[in-house]
Amino acid sequence: MQNTQTVTHRLQLLFAAKRNILNIYFTAGFPQLQDTVRIIRALSAAGVDMIEIGMPFSDPLADGPTIQQSSQQALDNGMSLRLLFEQLKDIRQYTDVPLLLMGYLNPVIQFGVENFCYAAQQVGIDGLILPDLPMHEYLSEYKPVFERYGLFNIFLITPQTAEERIRRIDELSQESFIYMVSSASTTGAKQGFSDEQCRYFERIAAMQLKSPKLIGFGISDKATFEGACRYAEGAIIGSAFINLLSQSTDLETDIQQFVAALR
Amino acid sequence: MILETITSPFQVDEKGYYGQFGGAYIPELLYPNISELAENYLRYIQSPDFQEEFNNLLRDYVGRPTPLYFAWRLSEKYNTRVYLKREDLCHTGAHKINNTIGQILLAKRLGKRKIVAETGAGQHGVATATVCALMGLDCIVYMGAVDIERQAPNVARMRMLGAEVRAAMSGSRTLKDATNEAMRHWINNPTDTHYIIGSVVGPHPYPDMVARFQSVISAEIRKQLAEKTGSELPDYVLACVGGGSNAAGAFYHFMDEPSVKLIALEAAGKGVNSGHSAATTALGKPGILHGSKSLLMQTPDGQVIEPYSISAGLDYPGIGPLHAHLFTTGRAIFVPVTDEEAMEAGLLCSRLEGIIPAIETAHALAYLEKLNAAPNETVVICLSGRGDKDLQTYINWFGDRLKK
Ligand SMILES: Cc1ncc(COP(=O)(O)O)c(C=O)c1O
Repeated sequence: MQNTQTVTHRLQLLFAAKRNILNIYFTAGFPQLQDTVRIIRALSAAGVDMIEIGMPFSDPLADGPTIQQSSQQALDNGMSLRLLFEQLKDIRQYTDVPLLLMGYLNPVIQFGVENFCYAAQQVGIDGLILPDLPMHEYLSEYKPVFERYGLFNIFLITPQTAEERIRRIDELSQESFIYMVSSASTTGAKQGFSDEQCRYFERIAAMQLKSPKLIGFGISDKATFEGACRYAEGAIIGSAFINLLSQSTDLETDIQQFVAALR
Repeated sequence: MILETITSPFQVDEKGYYGQFGGAYIPELLYPNISELAENYLRYIQSPDFQEEFNNLLRDYVGRPTPLYFAWRLSEKYNTRVYLKREDLCHTGAHKINNTIGQILLAKRLGKRKIVAETGAGQHGVATATVCALMGLDCIVYMGAVDIERQAPNVARMRMLGAEVRAAMSGSRTLKDATNEAMRHWINNPTDTHYIIGSVVGPHPYPDMVARFQSVISAEIRKQLAEKTGSELPDYVLACVGGGSNAAGAFYHFMDEPSVKLIALEAAGKGVNSGHSAATTALGKPGILHGSKSLLMQTPDGQVIEPYSISAGLDYPGIGPLHAHLFTTGRAIFVPVTDEEAMEAGLLCSRLEGIIPAIETAHALAYLEKLNAAPNETVVICLSGRGDKDLQTYINWFGDRLKK
């Protein structure tokens, strides 16, 4: 791989060193406004490999009920991008795991794309997942700004994504990873994989893509995590973790146990 | 040809934009569906067999052309010449069916077996349930829980027609939330389902496609006006704007006629600055919701503000990208109308013309109070729908005043 940059990014280091990568999503400002940093530290201490910090939005189109509710709760708690960057300002003193911001485009645009990227870089964010930012718009308008601030844009593929488009995404994802959506669905914890899903995972594995892949949407427990890791470099858990947070009375202990149970 | 392509600064460009507004800001999950539509919709809808089927159904099933009626008592009262384009006389009682006929024909050609739709007032839901019955396709309609309550007659109609009505329980439980749920449903069922969106909103090509299907309204107005007045062009065209489909249809063939003043009426609710409003151009800023960039009511943080209007069909925090473009270029003016002004206009139209309008439509009628058109000027108002669905709301609002 051609790489003119001298810095090696956290994401590249991680994928060079590990398999069975565990990436956990949570919504910033949930369950309590001030839990953001606490959760990142607990996840990091429990040994997760990557963390996706959800930026809550009022109308999260790609999300199922669990993440919708956590987003609404976070907004009701008073969460905002300004506050999130404030909360994260010392986060790199506590963790070295790659951190991604995930959310929808409108709050980012209102914050100002350049301001947003600058703030993300300042606190030590590695990449962005913006499901409603189309590839075409990314390439024509956003890519130079993201790159100026060292932020990788993570692309999604789904069972319906055409092969040609997957190849295109592969070209754009070699220094980061491809977010492989496990089925045609919104986010949400599910039990087990169907035969159809397994055929899709096999089809993608057989494409011998150059970029690492993480499988997300519907990964909920040890069985689905291990299942996903048979076809990809790792997997992403979101809704199942949000469910845990909403029931938790002791975040540190519960997070420790949740992560331990997956390995 | 009704669905022909026109070159104009007010038509969508090849990238799916009206000026700075529009586009297709959709999750990758919907990319195959949206690109399938974008690549094929013009070829399908401009093919001779589609044209023939569309025109036949509009004539024999919907009952087009709808009359352009000279409203002489309203004309007398306001001392000008008022014409009502009677979309309320369409089958199912509103303009919405012009679009659902077009989209169901498209869905059949795309090989889809199931239809999902959102609805606010229930008119689009009824129009969708109707064409699904006609074509034998399964139909699921998402409707905000608040709207299920206030538009009960339309819920019953949808069920009678065989559609499944699902309540949207998130947010303000109105049209915005029903749209979220319909889009999520499509994400979860991308291969066998077509999403029939109900207004000129959503990702490209929906705004253009819906505008084309509704453009029959202004095509007919031009012809009918020429027969009645000797001129195809009125001085004013008035229409209410929720997402903006009846307005897009009523404005369509006048957008490139600078002498025709286009006036869009949006719902001010309890007043533009009351905190209970849906007046998007007055309160909104450019933003992205439901797949397109347009004007959007939002907080400084970019969170969508829950709108309010007494009219379920106008209770939406955005407008279609065409309208955002018409607004920012000054081609159309947008005026807020309060609940109270609309309700009075609804009563007045009932008593003077014997036509009970939908509360959405009443917002357009209300502007006659302020228009001050000259006696020899021609005002066309898009009477987008009938008010049967709103009787309970009218009764509750007017109380004892209806007893005399
Ligand atoms: C009668 C009527 N008019 C207008 C509207 C508003 O929609 P649009 O702005 O797309 O015409 C509705 C929506 O439900 C309606 O039922």
